[in-house]
Amino acid sequence: MRALTWHGKHDVRVDTVDDPEILNPRDAIIKITSTAICGSDLHLYDGFIPTMKAGDILGHEFMGEVVETGPGSTLVKGQRVVVPFTIACGSCYHCGKHQYSACDNGNPADNQDIGMELYGQPMSGLFGYSHLTGGYAGGQAEYVRVPFSDVGPIVVPEGLDDDDVLFLSDILPTGWQAAENADIEPGDTVAVWGCGPVGLFAVQSAFLMGAARVIAIDHFPRRLELARKFGAQTINFEESKTYEALMEMTGGIGPDAVIDAVGLEAHGFFVDNVIDQVKASLFLGTDRIHSIRQAIVACRKGGRVSMPAVYGGIVDKFPLGAFMEKGLTLKTGQTSVQHYMPALLNAIVEGKIDTTFLISHRMSLEDAPKGYKMFHDNQNEVTKVVLKPGFTETAVAAE
Amino acid sequence: MARRNDDAPPTTSKSQETRDSAVQALPETRGDTLFGRTVTINRSRAELYEYWRDFARLPTFMENVVRVDVPSRELSHWVVKAPGGKTVEWDARITEEKDGELIAWASSGDADVPNGGRIEFQDAGTRGTIVTATIVYDPPAGVLGKLIAKMFQREPAIQARRDLRRFKQLMETGEVATSSRTRAQLEEEKA
Ligand SMILES: NC(=O)c1ccc[n+]([C@@H]2O[C@H](COP(=O)([O-])OP(=O)(O)OC[C@H]3O[C@@H](n4cnc5c(N)ncnc54)[C@H](O)[C@@H]3O)[C@@H](O)[C@H]2O)c1
Ligand SMILES: [Zn+2]
Ligand SMILES: [Zn+2]
Repeated sequence: MRALTWHGKHDVRVDTVDDPEILNPRDAIIKITSTAICGSDLHLYDGFIPTMKAGDILGHEFMGEVVETGPGSTLVKGQRVVVPFTIACGSCYHCGKHQYSACDNGNPADNQDIGMELYGQPMSGLFGYSHLTGGYAGGQAEYVRVPFSDVGPIVVPEGLDDDDVLFLSDILPTGWQAAENADIEPGDTVAVWGCGPVGLFAVQSAFLMGAARVIAIDHFPRRLELARKFGAQTINFEESKTYEALMEMTGGIGPDAVIDAVGLEAHGFFVDNVIDQVKASLFLGTDRIHSIRQAIVACRKGGRVSMPAVYGGIVDKFPLGAFMEKGLTLKTGQTSVQHYMPALLNAIVEGKIDTTFLISHRMSLEDAPKGYKMFHDNQNEVTKVVLKPGFTETAVAAE
Repeated sequence: MARRNDDAPPTTSKSQETRDSAVQALPETRGDTLFGRTVTINRSRAELYEYWRDFARLPTFMENVVRVDVPSRELSHWVVKAPGGKTVEWDARITEEKDGELIAWASSGDADVPNGGRIEFQDAGTRGTIVTATIVYDPPAGVLGKLIAKMFQREPAIQARRDLRRFKQLMETGEVATSSRTRAQLEEEKA
């Protein structure tokens, strides 16, 4: 089959590799019909995530048709399914508590050592996201092997297009969990850093959870425009001072809840960010944490901090004092996708959440390297790239 | 042994003296290198004990064990992978057994890597069962030692931790997780 493989920083290629096979009873093989490039994939593309190996197949946002099942799978050939990016067994203690992204068993035993060393406990398994999280082949390919297929994939009801439901695999539940982790109370003002897919779904979710006002922060006009479309007020951090603006816009109180949907590659010419970037380039530190610093400082006393953004390592100048003195609460984590999928599928069917607005580009799998470059270089125009194996035209932009 | 204010298991002690006395506490001592590994499994004590007690099934999750023959209820014969596609073998004997709670074993006197230990099963309420392996072995010295260390592929403590994780996966999910994509990759991984 054809698959998008990682070979190093800014080097991804479409290669021919062996097709996946059923290896465990609960496996299924899915023929991919749509798969997206994620902001998290850019962290791999930029070489920020350790334990990648040349030839690794990327992609953790995907859906398709069931073509083969193991004896323990509950799926049926021909079904259309969306697959969660978190690989969870459904039967461990954490899965029992619906903490699917903390599943004990998705990550193969030998791979768990790295997580033990780095984080104290092993990570769960994820598709296409380094060997720290299992080394599973991802879904930016023609076919993928899906373990625990009786627990993860959700069957798509008739009448829904791929584009309607694809984002159930990651970014929609991630935006939703981000808002849920902000413990929003009716009447709250919520500030969201980053108007990428995660931030934009967090904006929609925050309103559905009763926020009176959402203030979204970014520097890309087109992305800010999308946030406004959903009713958010916006701050362009290149034109205004974020902290000052937030204080003035909230009557001097600060937002009740803040959401960091930027992550370890924060942009911007801020002093702390420049120091982080220099350190990262010298391998003295790994993460650029400007947005979470700013979110903590801006948050009101006794407020809530939600951090869907991905960080990987040890950081400097974390405003621990502000965090303590203001009595803040922080919630974070990889998304427990399986937990949110059924309700969010319903919300899509009922038209409560708009998903397709995000897609700026659809292209064939063969064009994936171009898709990565575009998404990386032109974040203003390129909000989401969806790859379709078998798509014949090249790089068709949405109207 | 001043341990009045410390409930940590002796296997985690910084003091050689404490570790030595833990070795002595095992039913039959085979070596002086001690380690312990604990995992919590979301299954009943009885179920886990029963699976483990049938030693012939241990290779389903112990990666470097090729085969365990069980000539009698107390005796077992182990065939373990060695470098160059070879295997080494030894006999072991059960030295203590409490149904649903504990199994202790010791290798016979002439084993290449003398070893012994016990595996314990404790109730953990809604979390299932805490499984603790405490193992003592005699790390081989010299050139032969290096060869044998290689035979164990990794440090036994790491190997044991991985084996326990695989046991947990098998008991909780009915399969051992793999990220291989093809059968050929899976074979290679297991080799
Ligand atoms: N927790 C999870 O399970 C999960 C799942 C998916 C993605 N993520 C993470 O969420 C984050 C966002 O993902 P995405 O797909 O939306 O990424 P993205 O790269 O498309 O969007 C990030 C946005 O942040 C903006 N930004 C950069 N610096 C900023 C700053 N200083 N202040 C305000 N905005 C700034 C960028 O302009 C961009 O629009 C990433 O870190 C991603 O890895 C987490
Ligand atoms: Zn993603
Ligand atoms: Zn689980």
